[in-house]
Amino acid sequence: MSEILSFYLNGNPVEVLVKPEQTLLELLRDELGLTSPKCGCNHGDCGACTVILDGKAVKSCLVLAPTVKGKKVVTADGLCSGEKLHPIQQAFLDYGAPQCGYCTPGMVMAATAFLLENPKPTKEEIKEALSGNLCRCAGYEKYTEAVLAVSKGEFGLLPEGSDFNV
Amino acid sequence: MFKSVGKRVKKYDGEGLVTGRMTYVSDLTMPNMLICKTLRSPYHRAKLNKVDVSEALKVPGVYAIITKDDVPHNYFSMVPDHHVLAEELIRYKGQNIAAVAAISKEVALEAISKIKLDIEELPFVIDPVEACKPGAPKVRPEGNLHLFDGTSEVRKIRKGDVEKGFAEADYIVEGTYTTPSQEHAPLETSASLAYLDEAGKLVIHSKTQGLYFTQGDLANVYQLPLNKLKFVGGTIGGGFGGMNSIHTDHLAGLLTLKTGRPVKFHLTREEEMLYSTIRSPWIFKFKDGIKKDGTITARKVDILHDCGAYTELGLYAVEKNANMIAGAVKVENLEVNSRMVYTNKMPSGSMRGFGVNVGQFADQVQVDKLAHAVGMKPIEVRLKNSFKENDENHVGNPLVAVSSIETLKMVAEMAGEELAPEYANMSSK
Repeated sequence: MSEILSFYLNGNPVEVLVKPEQTLLELLRDELGLTSPKCGCNHGDCGACTVILDGKAVKSCLVLAPTVKGKKVVTADGLCSGEKLHPIQQAFLDYGAPQCGYCTPGMVMAATAFLLENPKPTKEEIKEALSGNLCRCAGYEKYTEAVLAVSKGEFGLLPEGSDFNV
Repeated sequence: MFKSVGKRVKKYDGEGLVTGRMTYVSDLTMPNMLICKTLRSPYHRAKLNKVDVSEALKVPGVYAIITKDDVPHNYFSMVPDHHVLAEELIRYKGQNIAAVAAISKEVALEAISKIKLDIEELPFVIDPVEACKPGAPKVRPEGNLHLFDGTSEVRKIRKGDVEKGFAEADYIVEGTYTTPSQEHAPLETSASLAYLDEAGKLVIHSKTQGLYFTQGDLANVYQLPLNKLKFVGGTIGGGFGGMNSIHTDHLAGLLTLKTGRPVKFHLTREEEMLYSTIRSPWIFKFKDGIKKDGTITARKVDILHDCGAYTELGLYAVEKNANMIAGAVKVENLEVNSRMVYTNKMPSGSMRGFGVNVGQFADQVQVDKLAHAVGMKPIEVRLKNSFKENDENHVGNPLVAVSSIETLKMVAEMAGEELAPEYANMSSK
């Protein structure tokens, strides 16, 4: 049976009707109309649906929606405030990392969660951290360079104490 | 001095991409939108006797189910031989048989499970060489080998006299090269959203790479004048050539015409991988004659393209391949024999240099073999036989602004390869 689910989405409380078999990805896209998490495979292989759940990057197609009750979900469009992009987003933009862009929101979330955990990574560690996110246009090198630049402070300090940094 | 050269240029839609605010076709939704799902053939080759949709239509929430009889003109694609919905002879596993429009994915899938097929599995052929043999299962009623101009199984290019060229050669070098099939795997799978606008015009939001091509193709399928059919393109999550073929637009549009409601058809990853067009396999057989001094005297290439079940862009690929296959080397005596064979697989589509790069792979490996045979450096054999300004290419077109020798010399320099003076002093002029 459907039930009412309460959680925090990009800092705001949300109440929505959820079916027991619905995934978080379906809930965000189909019920809440929030399409920044993309559906590339629906099997947790491509990473296009990556969101940050209580500070950790998760593939939202593998998370059953009812399990996010009371938790904090952040998506790529929730990272920027108004016109101001998050440092990761600015770096991806400046490095020309997105091509078709379909993997980009997932890459943004995977990279953001990773830098919260490991603020001074090596290039190898960045590659490992992004290895669950496929980019068919093969923009891996630029994504990696951009994350490295952010970790060196080239795009300013990462926002702290925000909703995803719990 | 330059505004953009050597500088980072900001992608004009970059903000939309990094924030995820960009709307792709698969992100679109409309009020009262129906979801399309299709019933696909479980067999590679089969005889389809009857499709019974009566039980499926009773599922609450089902608005329409269409089969071949509901399609005004059941043929589409560049060479319009591809059936929109399967006719009596099913030609590949995953071929669309029926399409359902329902209020949700779940309802559509339930309806699909209630469609009854009277279908007989038939022997099938997957291997392109087997498909050429007499007695192979017929992919098409008219036979497996394509008839070029309706008359010839071979698409020929002839220049000089290859037998004379082989007789002049010191060595004969043969090689067989094969390339496999390859799926485009765009991260966004094929998607369409169709609806009728206020004026009754059919509007399709499409992932197509060829908007007007698709519009013309589907106007024919719907039997609609072009002013009643509007295509809307947009940002697409990858195409790589795969979106030159129609995978979802045709059925979304048909179901909208049938129901009057918006219809979205979005392929699953499995459907995209298993049933959409691909870069199809090729087999190249080379026979070259070469003199001890490195002059290539003759080249004969036999080509077989595995086109899959329908022509789609296979013929276009064969034509491009035939024109390019002899490569960037000048050969006075040349024979090219291209054949295209149908097999019970998904059809041959376009993909990144389709027909060309597969042939260049074969050609370049073969030229290395030639160099090995005569004991020359691979780059020297290429320089020795290179085209020059105002040469004619293999199909008689004059070549202008030729720079292959200069390019090869630059490659040698970058690779740290020392060239003997006779090659280092060459020029394309």
